[in-house]
Amino acid sequence: MKYKTIMQGAIVLGGLALGGAALAAGPSASMLANTCAGCHGTDGSSNGPATPSIAGIKGEYFIETMQEYKSGKRPSTIMDRIAKGYSDDEIKLMAGFFAEQKFVRIEQNADKKLASAGKRLHDRYCEKCHEEGGRMADDGGILAGQMMPYLRYSFDDFTNGSRSMPKKMKSKVDEMLKKEKKGSDSIEQLVHYYGSQK
Amino acid sequence: MTHITRRSFLKVAGGTAAVGAIGVPHLAFGASKKVVVVGGGIGGATMAKYLRRADASIEVTLIEPNKHYYTCFMSNEVLGGERAMDSIKFDYTGLGKHGVKVVNDTVTAIDAAARKVTTAGGQSFSYDRCVVAPGIDFRWDAIGGYDEKVAETIPHAWKAGPQTTILHKQLQDMKDGGTVIIAPPVGPFRCPPGPYERASQIAHYLKKHKPKSKVLILDASDKFSKQGLFMAGWKKHYGDMIEWVSAANGGKIESVDAASRTVQGTVDKFKGDVVNVIPPQKAGKIAHIAGLVNDKGWCPVNQGTFESTIHANIHVIGDASIAGAMPKSGYSANSQAKVCAAAVVALLNGMEAPVPAYVNTCYSLITPEHGISVAAVYQLVDGAIAGVKGAGGLTPADASEETLRREVAYAHSWFKNITADTFG
Repeated sequence: MKYKTIMQGAIVLGGLALGGAALAAGPSASMLANTCAGCHGTDGSSNGPATPSIAGIKGEYFIETMQEYKSGKRPSTIMDRIAKGYSDDEIKLMAGFFAEQKFVRIEQNADKKLASAGKRLHDRYCEKCHEEGGRMADDGGILAGQMMPYLRYSFDDFTNGSRSMPKKMKSKVDEMLKKEKKGSDSIEQLVHYYGSQK
Repeated sequence: MTHITRRSFLKVAGGTAAVGAIGVPHLAFGASKKVVVVGGGIGGATMAKYLRRADASIEVTLIEPNKHYYTCFMSNEVLGGERAMDSIKFDYTGLGKHGVKVVNDTVTAIDAAARKVTTAGGQSFSYDRCVVAPGIDFRWDAIGGYDEKVAETIPHAWKAGPQTTILHKQLQDMKDGGTVIIAPPVGPFRCPPGPYERASQIAHYLKKHKPKSKVLILDASDKFSKQGLFMAGWKKHYGDMIEWVSAANGGKIESVDAASRTVQGTVDKFKGDVVNVIPPQKAGKIAHIAGLVNDKGWCPVNQGTFESTIHANIHVIGDASIAGAMPKSGYSANSQAKVCAAAVVALLNGMEAPVPAYVNTCYSLITPEHGISVAAVYQLVDGAIAGVKGAGGLTPADASEETLRREVAYAHSWFKNITADTFG
């Protein structure tokens, strides 16, 4: 028993020593991630109404997003100014931190009728990549339970061309807007579907 | 590694002892770790919560005289008629759930040598580390004829709560065609863009309900935070309704006559129908009593740990502290509290304080559709908090109307999230 405790200690210390060497020059992952909480919520789960939750999202998506804010490739209000404050290594650490957090959903004012229409659209056009109704962390973040105003902004940016869509997404969105009656309503229906998920 | 549970710490400590690589922590195992937090504003409340989150073996007592806290941020929206007082009111039940012991009392003394805090209610609390977060106090001797008593009729409304209500009611009672005077102080003061957001929000209210009225800003300075963005926004939405008089043009006020609602500038006298004097500021009272201030009335600290450079084992965070390039804001206080909490947890566990990271974002609402912001990311450089070069800055002057609308939505989100992060 004693041997085991010592060994565990040695293993943890070994991990620390390695981590310590990597972190010697900079802040830890949680220290860095704490700076995000004022806008994105404690541990990255937002209380709304608009700022997106970043808890539980894939590390790759976090890194890609921050890099695109830094370079100006992705439009934003404030994140372009904030992302430039973190080094590539710091962004990686934050990505790892948020990927491990649980995405906590809050009640939003989603309309049931719009949401059920949105579900049909989601199943037809989106589910293939945004699996399980958008609950899975994928290459585009987590959609289920995401803040509705943020989803609207994102759709606006995608459809007006200020933010580029991945090829597959673009063809699906184009198809949806063309095939569905009143194309722009379909986006609002999707927003309500994602916003309705608990 | 700031999330140190007792178990993982013991594991680390066990390993340390076994290999004998690093010094043995100076605290004996099982020794109590007591932290007393003085003040339950944004800094103090965040501090208490994040200490408990990081190390549940620390006994945290937060001492605060009021049962409720009204946030200064977003209180201008109350004046603008866009928000109810109840929405900026918070209590300490959330902290209780984290295991913070909340005591409603006023700290009257801190004995740095004996590590003991005493209160007006006759209680005393010993500590291993004390965190002082008293916010601001006013320099009541700076403006002739203006003191705490006069503030009941000529409100400062720079601490939210009853003062906000007084100013709000005066605006509602004012006749159309009246003049509202706002007199910002010389810096440093709490919330640098605040007076100008206030002018915007009051103009928003007046435009809707009393359109012949005016807002006159009599400034003790010659420039102000987000100046270009504010002035462009004022012109766009309020025309000539808001007039700004810089100190150089006679804006600095020297005295107040409460009965006639008149203020004396360096050149002219100005008469208002509602007068809002924001006096010059200093660190909160207890910081002075405890001898934590410098000759300018603010608290010098080690900017990496927020430990006072005057008294060991006492940390000062938020508006009262001298925190390098960080402004005195709610977000700064929240961010500093987390850095300080991580340092205190490490130090109480016999470890070195971790490398800090800080942030600040300040939103200002010019109309319910026009928000602007300033942001900065900070790091510790040669012992001083400095903005990361090439990052941060203002909303672009040519931002689209859609962007300005989104900034409002994000400002409201910031409010929800920072208050939940602090009190929840």
